[in-house]
Amino acid sequence: AMEDVCAKFVSEKISKTRWRPLPASALQPPDLFATGSWDNEDNRISIWSVGDVGNVGLNGEYQGEPQLLCDIKHDGDVMDMQFLDQERIVVASSTGTVTVFRHHQNNHTLSANQRWEKAHYHVDQDTLSGGAACTGVICNNPEIVTVGEDGRINLFRADQKDAVRTIDNADSSTLHAVTFLRTTDILTVNSIGQLKIWDFRQQRNEPSQIFSLTGDRVPLHCVDRHPNQQHIVATGGQDGMLSIWDIRQGTMPVSLLNAHEAEMWEVHFHPSNPDHLFTCSEDGSLWHWDTSTDVSEKPSFLHQGGRSTTYFSHNTINQSVVSAWLSNDPTKDRMEITNLIPNQTLSVNSLDILGPCLVYGTDAEAIYVNRHLFA
Amino acid sequence: AAVPSQVVPGADPSVRQLCFCWGPAEMLVCETLFGRRGGSRSRSRRPLLPAALSRCVAGTGEAGPSSSRVFVVRKDQDIYIQTLRKLFNESHGIFLGLQRSEEELAGKPRKAQLVQVSKNYRSVIRACMEDMHQAAISTREPALQSQYSTQVSILSAMELIWNLCEILFVEAAAAGPLLLRLLDWVRLHVCDVDNMVREVLSSEQPSKHELFWNVVDIFVLQGRMDEARHLLSKEATAHPSSGNMYKILDDLMKKMPVPSLGNTQTLTEMELKWQHWHEECQRYLQDGTFASDPRMESICKILLGDEDAILEKKELMTTWYHFLVTRLLYSHPTVKPMELRFYAQAGNTRISSLDLFQGGESSPEPLDTILMAAFEFEIHQVIKECSIALSNWWFVAHLTDLLDHCKLLQSHNLYFGSNMREFLLLEYASGLFSHHSLWQLGVDYFDHCPEYGRVYLELHIERIPLNTEQKALKVLRICEQRQMHEQVRSICKIMAMKALRNNRLGSALSWSIRAKDAAFATLISDRFLKDYCERGSFSDLDLIDNLGPSMLLSDRLTFLGKYREFHRLYGEQRFKEAAQLLLMLMTAHIAPCSFWMTLLTDALPLLEQKEVIFSAEQTYELMGCLEDLTVGKSEKQKFQDDNETTKVEMLRLALARNLARVIVKEGTLEGS
Repeated sequence: AMEDVCAKFVSEKISKTRWRPLPASALQPPDLFATGSWDNEDNRISIWSVGDVGNVGLNGEYQGEPQLLCDIKHDGDVMDMQFLDQERIVVASSTGTVTVFRHHQNNHTLSANQRWEKAHYHVDQDTLSGGAACTGVICNNPEIVTVGEDGRINLFRADQKDAVRTIDNADSSTLHAVTFLRTTDILTVNSIGQLKIWDFRQQRNEPSQIFSLTGDRVPLHCVDRHPNQQHIVATGGQDGMLSIWDIRQGTMPVSLLNAHEAEMWEVHFHPSNPDHLFTCSEDGSLWHWDTSTDVSEKPSFLHQGGRSTTYFSHNTINQSVVSAWLSNDPTKDRMEITNLIPNQTLSVNSLDILGPCLVYGTDAEAIYVNRHLFA
Repeated sequence: AAVPSQVVPGADPSVRQLCFCWGPAEMLVCETLFGRRGGSRSRSRRPLLPAALSRCVAGTGEAGPSSSRVFVVRKDQDIYIQTLRKLFNESHGIFLGLQRSEEELAGKPRKAQLVQVSKNYRSVIRACMEDMHQAAISTREPALQSQYSTQVSILSAMELIWNLCEILFVEAAAAGPLLLRLLDWVRLHVCDVDNMVREVLSSEQPSKHELFWNVVDIFVLQGRMDEARHLLSKEATAHPSSGNMYKILDDLMKKMPVPSLGNTQTLTEMELKWQHWHEECQRYLQDGTFASDPRMESICKILLGDEDAILEKKELMTTWYHFLVTRLLYSHPTVKPMELRFYAQAGNTRISSLDLFQGGESSPEPLDTILMAAFEFEIHQVIKECSIALSNWWFVAHLTDLLDHCKLLQSHNLYFGSNMREFLLLEYASGLFSHHSLWQLGVDYFDHCPEYGRVYLELHIERIPLNTEQKALKVLRICEQRQMHEQVRSICKIMAMKALRNNRLGSALSWSIRAKDAAFATLISDRFLKDYCERGSFSDLDLIDNLGPSMLLSDRLTFLGKYREFHRLYGEQRFKEAAQLLLMLMTAHIAPCSFWMTLLTDALPLLEQKEVIFSAEQTYELMGCLEDLTVGKSEKQKFQDDNETTKVEMLRLALARNLARVIVKEGTLEGS
């Protein structure tokens, strides 16, 4: 519920928020997250704690706001950020540099562990200026893939100084985001509405498949893959539209869902509960898309108090075989969409979900944590 | 006499004449030799609130005898204080909420709502004060510590003023409740004595404490009767001999009539009760009931509103406005809002509370002047004094906006700009825009300035540095939402130029397509074609193959797309279609003339195919194209280039042979 959300104003615009991943055996909810800032004279990476023992109330419920554990200066805007493992965070900078920071958990300090200067650049890598913003990074320990405004794709390995593979001019437009499809394939989205699959086993520097939006070729800003059904991919566009793709078939999206009123900055399937999807946008909203709703249990007139809830209409056929996300006629399926931010103002730049926990950051210089997402 | 409100460090008007130029949020001051006069003015400056108002942001060169310096003077210095960013961001949300509620609830009574908004603003100030206080405690650097402490005192002054304005203007408390509100205000803000109270109360035997009677007095002065009686009862049990005296005083304090917050009693009732109680106190004082104990006698005098008795406790009140409220409590509890000015300023004694309190020893601080203006209901004076004294526009902009929503500023128009609300909002938002990061907040403030907001936004938004595409997209979104076409075009052009400089033709093209900038799309298309002519292959096929409807933006872009299509058809060995498209590009004048020779050369392999591809009619048309191309040139420059001449000859030959073949073929077909 809304009252579970805890806000903290942090005096810097937040561009990225990421939960620290949990060990496979962990039963507790996540307790640490990292944030990155942008557009400041000095930007920084910060580590926050939400599970501090001192903050737990008598009934065990969480009370206090996030506590800053440590931070470190970062050169340039933080464009993207991913945890490589429990300790290391890979950060993409607007200067084109990719840095691996290590969070020393014993004394809570941050240090730069490894750095690829100007991994993304225009014209000439050696000139003083000329770095091109690195717009996206994705990790699959020890592999790190980055994309940038220079249309370049880099494959790094955490323990190697030089790039394992670089595809120069992979895209003639700006690459906005990247994610792993399988261990050897990645997905990228670009500023002319294309979704491309790249296979690192192939030596030629061309995508193995290109999908694209029809019509106006609206830029795509974010991409995520269904955690269990890898052929299902979600992307978010400049017009705020959510597109669902089935990469096994066709070259166009299976469904286009009207969502936000401005750029969709991030889209995430819930990692362990992929019937749920979360998106955030420049328009200041954060939407929870829920396809798990069982019609027989919830009549459509039953709205939850205070939330602006929309139901796509009824007539549910038995969809248990096909994923709810792939029904190309959304009217045949039920989807409950909830805006989690009632009085939206400035952009929600980033969100992350893990277990029952949601964290998001805004241009209004605030971070928000909700630890009871499904309560 | 005019008091300088800003001092530019390093600039000395007694040595050099200064000239200045106003700009949004900033002012340029430079030294000049023009009209230099002798005689220096007094340079003594009166300190304002403890913060400098201006600073020299950029000084160029050494201050030699002949060189002049330029100073950039920022008017809103607090914008740059890190800890205040919480204030700016959180109040931005409150501000927007207030503007939205205005639209939603037009015409409905909404005092409670406005009071709530006012309280929200104050709670943000208090939260900021708390953070700043924590920062001051936790830092070890003395310089930082004093800076934080200064900020705490400024924030505290802001909250004090705001709270008074809330009581007097926003809530506009009526006689009766007014005094209760003022008492709350005093209790909340006069916290210098809180430590003393805590010390005495936490001691083992409070009544034995040397400050015991001070604390009793403090409670009485603040109208905290129950607490005062509780303390006195302890003292009474220790002195059974004077038990009667204590009982009488306790009884008087218990019976003191208090204005009610609800409508349970009328003012007249209250005044009647008050009169009765007052007379009773008077009686006890006159018959010498408390004569044996000066401390109790003094309390009784306070209860009677005796000015001298109250003034004796000056140290326990610390401020003149505490004195004012205490005086009102015991002499005129049902004071009406409009009567406040008499008590604050002149009153019966013709001496202001301020002068009485300070004994005319020191001149008033800006804070005193501001509070005095508020008690006098001079709203504009309050805003004016705050504008001068505070080193930020945040306070006056938000307070004025709130008061404007209370319909208190309607009649007032400035002789410049629009009205005061808008003027101050524009100043504040301009300050935000001068900040590298807070500029996004400024947008919404400009949106709510009906007269000049748009112009200001247009001027400011173009000055935002666009270091990444993502930032450009954010700025662009702001412009597009407000139909600022000029700025949209300009931003896209800047980004397209940047991409072009970085050899990112694809990106450059997407930016010009977004701005629907046909001229620039043509320029980029030409770059693509030039690259093709040089390299013999296309770059950025992924883009050109996917132009879609945006191909129609410019003729040249159309040509580029179609020409690429020709290559695709050719590559797929769809020769007939390819040939037709190629010819159409020339005959329909889609291709620029400069490119015709390339197109004709592209026709060569088609003419040389085993199978005849161009019909007779098409061949004639091709010949026509070639002649058009050569006629224009042959007279003046001929074909200086041997290569070119060879090409033309080859083409002529190929065309002639093709014509021969096609005539035979077509003749045969007709004949058969």
